[in-house]
Amino acid sequence: MKAKVHVTLKQGILDPQGKAIEHALDSLGFKNAANVRVGKYMELDIDEKDRAKAEAEVKKMCEKLLANTIIEEYRYELT
Amino acid sequence: MKIGVLVFPGSNCDHDCRHVFQNVLGQPVEMVWHKDALPAGLDAVVIPGGFSYGDYLRTGAIARFSPVMGGVKEFAQRGGLVIGICNGFQILLEAGLLPGAMLRNRSLHFICKDVYVRVENAATPFTSACTPGQVLKIPIAHAEGNYYTDPVTLAGLQANAQVVFRYCTPDGKATADASPNGSLDNIAGIRNAEGNVLGMMPHPERCAEEMLGNEDGRLIFASMLEAVQQIKSKLSIVGS
Amino acid sequence: MKQPAPLVITKDLIAQHNLTDDEYKKIVEILGREPNLTELGMFSVMWSEHCSYKSSRVHLRKLPTTGPRVVQGPGENAGAVEIGDGLCVVFKMESHNHPSFIEPYQGAATGVGGILRDVFTMGARPIALLDSLRFGGLDTAKNRHLMRGVVAGIGGYGNCMGVPTVGGEVRFDDIYSLNPLVNVFCLGIAHKDKIFRGTAAGVGNPVIYFGSKTGRDGIHGATMASDSFDDQSEQKRPTVQVGDPFQEKLLLEACLELMANDLLVGIQDMGAAGLTSSSCEMASRAGNGIELDLTHVPRREPGMTPYELMLSESQERMLMVAKAGKENDCIRICRKWDLDVAVVGTVTGDGILRVKDQGNIVAEIPAKSLADDGPRYERPYQPPAYQDMLTNLNYDAIPDVKDANEALLSLLESPTIASKRWVYEQYDHMVRTNSIIRPGSDAAVVRIKGTNKAVAMTVDCNGRYCLLHPYEGARLAVAEAARNLVCSGAEPIGLTDCLNFGNPERPDIMWQFVLAIEGMKDACEAFQIPIVSGNVSFYNETNGLSIYPTPMLGMVGLIEEADRTMTQWFKQEGDDIILLGSSREDLGGSEYLKVIHSREQGSPPYLSLEAEKVMQECVLNLIRSGSVQSVHDCSDGGLAVALAECCLSAQDRKLGAVVKLALGRLRRDAVLFGESQSRVLLSAKRENRQVVLDQARRLGVPAEVIGAVGGNQLVIYLGDEHSTTKTVDVPLSTLHDRWADSLERMLVQE
Repeated sequence: MKAKVHVTLKQGILDPQGKAIEHALDSLGFKNAANVRVGKYMELDIDEKDRAKAEAEVKKMCEKLLANTIIEEYRYELT
Repeated sequence: MKIGVLVFPGSNCDHDCRHVFQNVLGQPVEMVWHKDALPAGLDAVVIPGGFSYGDYLRTGAIARFSPVMGGVKEFAQRGGLVIGICNGFQILLEAGLLPGAMLRNRSLHFICKDVYVRVENAATPFTSACTPGQVLKIPIAHAEGNYYTDPVTLAGLQANAQVVFRYCTPDGKATADASPNGSLDNIAGIRNAEGNVLGMMPHPERCAEEMLGNEDGRLIFASMLEAVQQIKSKLSIVGS
Repeated sequence: MKQPAPLVITKDLIAQHNLTDDEYKKIVEILGREPNLTELGMFSVMWSEHCSYKSSRVHLRKLPTTGPRVVQGPGENAGAVEIGDGLCVVFKMESHNHPSFIEPYQGAATGVGGILRDVFTMGARPIALLDSLRFGGLDTAKNRHLMRGVVAGIGGYGNCMGVPTVGGEVRFDDIYSLNPLVNVFCLGIAHKDKIFRGTAAGVGNPVIYFGSKTGRDGIHGATMASDSFDDQSEQKRPTVQVGDPFQEKLLLEACLELMANDLLVGIQDMGAAGLTSSSCEMASRAGNGIELDLTHVPRREPGMTPYELMLSESQERMLMVAKAGKENDCIRICRKWDLDVAVVGTVTGDGILRVKDQGNIVAEIPAKSLADDGPRYERPYQPPAYQDMLTNLNYDAIPDVKDANEALLSLLESPTIASKRWVYEQYDHMVRTNSIIRPGSDAAVVRIKGTNKAVAMTVDCNGRYCLLHPYEGARLAVAEAARNLVCSGAEPIGLTDCLNFGNPERPDIMWQFVLAIEGMKDACEAFQIPIVSGNVSFYNETNGLSIYPTPMLGMVGLIEEADRTMTQWFKQEGDDIILLGSSREDLGGSEYLKVIHSREQGSPPYLSLEAEKVMQECVLNLIRSGSVQSVHDCSDGGLAVALAECCLSAQDRKLGAVVKLALGRLRRDAVLFGESQSRVLLSAKRENRQVVLDQARRLGVPAEVIGAVGGNQLVIYLGDEHSTTKTVDVPLSTLHDRWADSLERMLVQE
């Protein structure tokens, strides 16, 4: 199975990169853009047929390594 | 005092830390490869700066799983002195030996320059050679030193005098402008509740010699030396 | 021999490989047959201007490359110069202009990666980086984007490697808008008797590949670097390589460990033209051949052809020739550092580079033909018709300065002169704890641990001077570089160059090149400074518009006692300010004419190499005897700017000055902002005044006490012994504001 993992800073935590991009968009004339959040996107293959098991595995990966849950939140899709 | 300096793939201040302890302070140093066990008989462990694992994923995120880190945790639990400088501080955070996390600098840039920090707690094994409130000039060199933690943890740090250094102006005012990276409460360095683990973003090993034009950093290492000697003399009294 | 399915080599295919008909004929002659596609590709990269120096080699031969300290001259990965204590400094400078224009971050980053590998393959641990950058004016978003990207890329790579970027220079001129320059200098330290070279000696010795895997990136990077730009160039993006500094850090540590264990015969970085250049050059240097089996080459993508494998410019890869029987020791060390490693071939005695893949021979070329027998051109040269128009300047048509305060402030905030703090704060310039003099003085100085010595480094070139007179411009660049080192207390001991020019097929560009070489030669011979390594970058032009001729120089100096170094800023209130040298009406090509009068014209300043030499001797004596407090060379913006820099550039404390300058028969602007050479500003304690003046008189160097350090402003009086006029009077805070944050203000705009 393929897992697609998204990691972003938690809401409420200042995202300086997001802020810079928002500012740049604004100065380029994209006046409707707001609340830019920058994150990471990771793709990985999991050698596991059982969806529930794969999901548990990905969750563990996120908690242990892929995200720092003090500042980041994560979500994932399995396909 | 016998010092262990950890070497991760991508560490790059390991030689500088060895140089300070060995050649400036005249203490024996052992370089410890991250895949090896922590050697017995160390008095202090230094986690040096650099870009362990290229800082890929997050600073310090991969290094915390290196085999040597198990030994470092045990060493810290037994009360051994552990200092993490820059990337070493980031590793200590990821490893959970210190609370909080690092965000990207407010400017988004890597910043290398001298900054001023105020000694908030001079009663630690890392700062005993300083006076309370003393202002030190120490260089920083990082892109992610913007310290963050949740309000409850922050209150705890403040209440227990765990904030050891705050960024300040040359005359000692911890204003928002004095923080080079936007860190919470101007935090430049913290210790754990027990007091034997310190993490700091500034690099004291870069300013511990007259030839480099600044010796403020030497106070940190001199404090450690004194602390180890005190522990040793206590042990010898108990033993006799 | 077995060849892959024959492919017809058409005229189009030859042209696509940037080979001329004559060059192709020569290839057929060498092989005695038509080449196959892989062979055509290998010839095209090795015979490109970038790898073969086909237009420059006949001229480069004129440069002085020997001297008592030279351990390794040009022709290896880097040059090496002895500094005593059994040590030598290993250094080189290289350009990464074209890749940086296409993708500034990765282009600059991989430039740093390449020059670091050139130095550590010689067995030296890199201890310092410097960069010389040229951009167009910061009034366009594109130029700001290029500059931000390049600076971030240099920092991103060097910082991660733990090699401090201790200095450099950045200059701006619109001529570089479509062709910025990114020249990177690296210096390392090695034991004199443990220098490694790129040689495939010893028939039967194994050839080992290590580092990153090979991908399709950078294929034809070397031919791209030998091509002019047009509007389509930005679409060449896929050929830009991506750097991985973490991998390179592992490569560095692995290399130094391999070298310390006495396992290697030779080693070379896979830079431009990748596996092709490293294998044929190592074989050719030893007079041997190499048989490669591509089957074992670690690869990142499936389905790569021999053509792609031989031409890939994937970064962070090395080729070594090990001592027979030591393969497993080599492999163990590489694996310890998590590197890919494979034995990919053997040294042979037949002089042929033979490449196999899956049991078939896919290329078979005499190694020497590829590496050394490329075409040589004596290209025609003649001065351009516009040259006289550039140099003839009627000064009567230019009004003398009225508001000198405002002129000084405008110069201080112009990007070429303004503080480069915004740049160097993004570089780790202190790691390794050797940086005695950090960025922001005339030269960078690092100590050599384990000795009493220190090494000073500078990179310099004024392209405008070189445009106005390539011969004089090149001499001026050598003199300025040497002066910068001397002002820091160092004796110049060696030079590396990076010669950035336009299209050598144009006679006017070739004229610039030939004259610049002559100028460098004459100046280096006068100062007895050998050129030990270098690089030529031609085709720096876009849509037919060439950059200014920019022969960038990286010069290295030795300081025997590391505690006798010198910085440019004033130290103490009440100190005398002394000017060595004399001022002439040298406004031609000055920063003042450009910034204030929008003219880049005139003859560059007059330079007497003899006068320069004695002036430098005088400065060095004064520094070594401890008679002076600060030393600063007068360059861009002249005396007034140099004085302001002495006031402002100390990190902690700014000090004012009051000086009186003799006007003589000169214009006011010539005295304040003219760029007369061989002038140095000193400050000294009052009790040392006579020592300084006596020393200068003994050597015949003009010297005059012009004022004193102190106060909160910079005040300059102009006149003679009878009457003087206060011409400049600006508070330090105003000077500082315009100078210190100017670049940052320009670069924070989107």
